[in-house]
Amino acid sequence: MMDGDKMEITKNGFPDDRSETGEKDPNQTGIKVMKTECADSETEIQKAVKKLQSRRRFTQKFLFGLFRCAALVNGLALLIIVFFMLKNGISAITWEFLTDVPRESMTKGGILPCIVGTVLMSLGGILVAMPIGVASAVHLNEYARPGKMLRIIRLGINNLAGVPSVVFGLFGLAFFVTFLKMGVSLAAGALTLGALTLPVIIGSTEEALKSVPNTYREASLGLGASKWQTIYRVVLPAAMPGILTGGILGLSRAAGETAPIMFTAAVFFTPDLPSSVFSEIMALPYHIYVLATAGTNIEATRPLQYGTSLVLISLVLGMNLVAIIWRSRLRRKLK
Amino acid sequence: MNEKVKDKSKKNGFKMKSENLDFFYGDFQALHDISLNFESRQVTALIGPSGCGKSTYLRCLNRMNDLIPISRVKGKVLLDGENIYDPSLDVVMLRRRVGMVFQKPNPFPKSVSENVAYGLRVNGIKNKSFIRERVEESLEKAALWEEVKDRLDDSALGLSGGQQQRLCIARALAVEPDVLLMDEPASALDPIATQKIEELIHRLKKNYTIIIVTHSMQQAARVSDRTAFFYMGKLIEEGETDTIFTRPKLRQTEDYITGRFG
Ligand SMILES: Nc1ncnc2c1ncn2[C@@H]1O[C@H](COP(=O)(O)OP(=O)(O)O)[C@@H](O)[C@H]1O
Ligand SMILES: [Mg+2]
Repeated sequence: MMDGDKMEITKNGFPDDRSETGEKDPNQTGIKVMKTECADSETEIQKAVKKLQSRRRFTQKFLFGLFRCAALVNGLALLIIVFFMLKNGISAITWEFLTDVPRESMTKGGILPCIVGTVLMSLGGILVAMPIGVASAVHLNEYARPGKMLRIIRLGINNLAGVPSVVFGLFGLAFFVTFLKMGVSLAAGALTLGALTLPVIIGSTEEALKSVPNTYREASLGLGASKWQTIYRVVLPAAMPGILTGGILGLSRAAGETAPIMFTAAVFFTPDLPSSVFSEIMALPYHIYVLATAGTNIEATRPLQYGTSLVLISLVLGMNLVAIIWRSRLRRKLK
Repeated sequence: MNEKVKDKSKKNGFKMKSENLDFFYGDFQALHDISLNFESRQVTALIGPSGCGKSTYLRCLNRMNDLIPISRVKGKVLLDGENIYDPSLDVVMLRRRVGMVFQKPNPFPKSVSENVAYGLRVNGIKNKSFIRERVEESLEKAALWEEVKDRLDDSALGLSGGQQQRLCIARALAVEPDVLLMDEPASALDPIATQKIEELIHRLKKNYTIIIVTHSMQQAARVSDRTAFFYMGKLIEEGETDTIFTRPKLRQTEDYITGRFG
């Protein structure tokens, strides 16, 4: 029992807590020595320690149990969602569904234009946001001198992260679609999604840069490398796995957003695949929204709605998976 | 050979010296008025209790402290007679000439040969065969070649701690510095690896000016020609290592060296 407890604690990375539960802990041998020396007070102390010990053990078990439940809830939620989607949507998934355009007021046919639209638009968004986001993070973390200016910029980025996505949609409409005259288009949607994911990318890139040990920077500078060479050749490669994680998070966020694209890129229906960056597109999340709220026969398209959701989820999970594999490859290369 | 060396150091005075150097971390003055000379092709050991400013002083010599935003320097550090804190001086060039080895081995997460080649590449050398030759030469100088010649393309992080530290020395040697700064280079290593590093320092001093921080009195006695004793940010006493260890002038130095330090 005790040993089991101990192992669990160390496994969880709290080796310091060992003394709280371990009777064999060297720290507590002092009490045993006292036993032989003063027999009266010893019982009191031992009693107290015992009581405390069992309470500690209980508290610890209880709390760690709670934490484990909290962690499990996450996995469970994902499982339930996936199961639900599979159960309701799997019947809709056919080869035709994945490769055909929507037909008969979107009650038949497939969702190819939505898949293509979503993939292109979120990739486009990330391609725009990554360089800007990484560059910003490099500036903030490597170049900027701490001070008022830096705090203001940070505040701005944090607030950007909190802006509701529908506001990004309106911004995209006003700026990209109208002011820059891009029209409702793939480009306008990608740029809007890029703006939306920027704070995510900046945040995770900064974290990644912070986790690169300063000793790497010092070693590089000590060899006569310039600051930029140090960043480019040592810091960025070492931070790459973390930066990628940010990119992935941004990408899956972008792929799933509805509000920012409904004014800027996605249309109700277009049978054509996008021919240029200025084409209107269909997109998975917006398609789900349309089918579920504005279709001619909402009930009849339920399986299509779930099917489309299933495709969207698979797409996002698939992207994540690819990136996770890529990241662990990079990590291994860095070892 | 020996005469040549003497000639050079006579002509240029000392290889490196600091004059009335003060150093501040914000309001805290970590170094007080340090004037110290380093002769060409000699090993100087900096000793003193922890927190007395040895690392800070060492990092002033290649301006590594520039990285700390709140830091401030007063006074001069001369390298071949030229003040390294002169605003017109290119700090990147300075650091190529004054190499540094850190307390904890810090190889890059790259292959063994890429670690050594790094300094060459950032200094603009592209010739592959030259780089390959220089990598081998530097690893040989650092007494590591025999151990790693079959694993040049393996990750440097797979080497043992002692090997990693010698790799860091090889990496520093590859760019042909004049001066080598070492901050407790053996403190994270086992006795055998430590001995290898010390032997290496002995051999390197034929060609380099070496300044080494150490907390081990025995190490200072074994490897250095001159010793400087720091205490509370001040230089207390400096001289021939033999003299410092056998007949120190000041009571404070004697107390520290004999371990009677309060
Ligand atoms: N980055 C820093 N910021 C503020 N104070 C520092 C910093 N680094 C070192 N110090 C202080 O400067 C003094 C000298 O430190 P250091 O040079 O590391 O001593 P040593 O290498 O002799 O142990 C110490 O009091 C230390 O707390
Ligand atoms: Mg130190």
